[in-house]
Amino acid sequence: MAEPLLSIRNLQVQFRAEAGWVTAVDDVSLEVGERDCVGIVGESGSGKSVTALSILKLHDPATTRMPCGTIQYQGADLLRAGGAALRRIRGGEIAMIFQDPMSSLNPVLTIADQIGETLRRHQGLTEAAARKRVVELLALVRISDAARRADDYPHRLSGGMRQRVMIAMAIACRPRLLIADEPTTALDVTVQAQVLELLRELRRELGMSVILITHDLGVIAEFAERVVVMYAGRVVEQAPVDDLFRRPVHPYTMGLIDAVPKLDGDAARLTMIPGRIPGPQEDIPGCRFNPRCALAQASCRVAPPSMLALNALQSARCPPRVAALGAQHG
Amino acid sequence: MIRIIAVKLLQAVPVILIISILAFLLLSLLPGDPAVIIAGEQASPAAIAHVREQLGLDRPYVEQIAIWLFNLAHGNFGASLILNQSVLSAVGERLPVTLSLAALSLSFTIPTGVFLGSLAACYRRRWIDAAVMTIALLGVSVPAFWVAILGVVLFSVRLGWVPSSGFVPLSKGIGPWFASMVLPALILSLFQIGFLARMTRAAMLDVLSQDYIRTARAKGMSEWQTVGKHALRNALIMIITTAGILLSAAIGGSVIIEQVFALPGIGRMVVQAIMARDYPLVQGTMLILGFAFVIINLFADVLYSLADPRVRHE
Repeated sequence: MAEPLLSIRNLQVQFRAEAGWVTAVDDVSLEVGERDCVGIVGESGSGKSVTALSILKLHDPATTRMPCGTIQYQGADLLRAGGAALRRIRGGEIAMIFQDPMSSLNPVLTIADQIGETLRRHQGLTEAAARKRVVELLALVRISDAARRADDYPHRLSGGMRQRVMIAMAIACRPRLLIADEPTTALDVTVQAQVLELLRELRRELGMSVILITHDLGVIAEFAERVVVMYAGRVVEQAPVDDLFRRPVHPYTMGLIDAVPKLDGDAARLTMIPGRIPGPQEDIPGCRFNPRCALAQASCRVAPPSMLALNALQSARCPPRVAALGAQHG
Repeated sequence: MIRIIAVKLLQAVPVILIISILAFLLLSLLPGDPAVIIAGEQASPAAIAHVREQLGLDRPYVEQIAIWLFNLAHGNFGASLILNQSVLSAVGERLPVTLSLAALSLSFTIPTGVFLGSLAACYRRRWIDAAVMTIALLGVSVPAFWVAILGVVLFSVRLGWVPSSGFVPLSKGIGPWFASMVLPALILSLFQIGFLARMTRAAMLDVLSQDYIRTARAKGMSEWQTVGKHALRNALIMIITTAGILLSAAIGGSVIIEQVFALPGIGRMVVQAIMARDYPLVQGTMLILGFAFVIINLFADVLYSLADPRVRHE
């Protein structure tokens, strides 16, 4: 693979708590290539959104720190970037859309103003030129009557429309990477499908890379090319999407896939992973999944495992499974 | 917009009516016979009877209220007992003093209070926040008369920058007027700044934690644009409300400042009226201040709808 567009190495994110700093994300490494589409999947609390927010340093600096790791983007470490350099990348090179389109738009500014200020900021457009471009962008994200909608305030739009506005805002400056943090979670099922379809088309038209964060394996299967599975603040498995579904390595991934309802199966086959995801302040010796893992061995409770490659494309943080599968396939 | 103003004006009508009736009831709430109180302890029975008749106190209650309201509607607020002039002209003479004091102090307060409060919110839990909040706490807790006296000693007696007391009307020139008002206005604004800075900080902290602030940052907006445009516009509702309260308080309650600086304003007049048991004057002032508060609130409501499109589209 050529030089990746974005490369996260050993990222650690800590939040300030009453009793000192707790680690929410630990040893996360992942790469996003040009025109790549990486899905990050995991339960709530797995650290996927925290990881995404770290890329643009959107955490509150008063309560968050990133003591180790690097996020390389075009030869620069975003974690060490500050001020003007970071603001040039935010919205210009890397854009982000968020889970809740209801609260992510400013209620007292018009749509045209909120999209237009990105264009004025990054492309130096005049007020009039920005407005013209806003109407084009609204049409591009399939908002009907775009010229009139541009002057509306967010509270006049439905949830799906607002997420389209967020998408228009994100793609306004033709970013090279779009980070979509649960973009469809807050929407109705039919609207979800439309928004995903829109994202897919825009990705193709604009040739941008996408990081899609979701807890929904169905969305991953439809949208992503490569998958990163996260559990309790760590990456537990990485694989191309087909390989992941055909042959999950980590027991947690296997559990996730088994927990997806299947149309051809009977309801009894729907299984769930026992227990719950540990909080970041809980100290679990060894593998953080071992209390919930059916395949756990004594060694799993001793030392935290590291990521092991099964082959060039697939790796997992589970030494027993990687060893077993490696022996099988020789 | 015009519709909002019309609706708010209509809503103000019953409020004004209630204020008027409450002001009337003030007279009947007095212990003893109002006619005796007004005529004086030593008055002859004939004089008392004359007062009673003059004030219409011998008529049925409902009729009294009707006459009172009828007079009010015709701009007749009664006559002062001590000042030898009508209530309306007494208040009209002093209202500009109080209003200019309130306006000048708020013109110091609003920019300073909003700036300090926003600054504290942006630097929350750092030394700037602690410093601003300490100043704000001092502002609201140090008694005005003490600061006023210190201010007079320093700026009037020692430095001789401004006169120590007295009022110069605006018609005598803006310079002398400003010199006579700047010190009282500044001292009045110390409390106001403390109050507004605390309210602004709380509102800004709430707004700064909202998702759309994160969106603004993710778009590459500068901290200045994020706070000054995205956050402040949303905190305006709280700031307008607080400024309205402060304006009302400044009109009704700058008694101590007016007393220390010998400003012939409303507050001072009301105190004199209460001391002298000049009930028509107390009544009339209460009524006119009540109307003033209604107008201030109306104005604040209009500003709300300008600040927040969700209010406008309701």
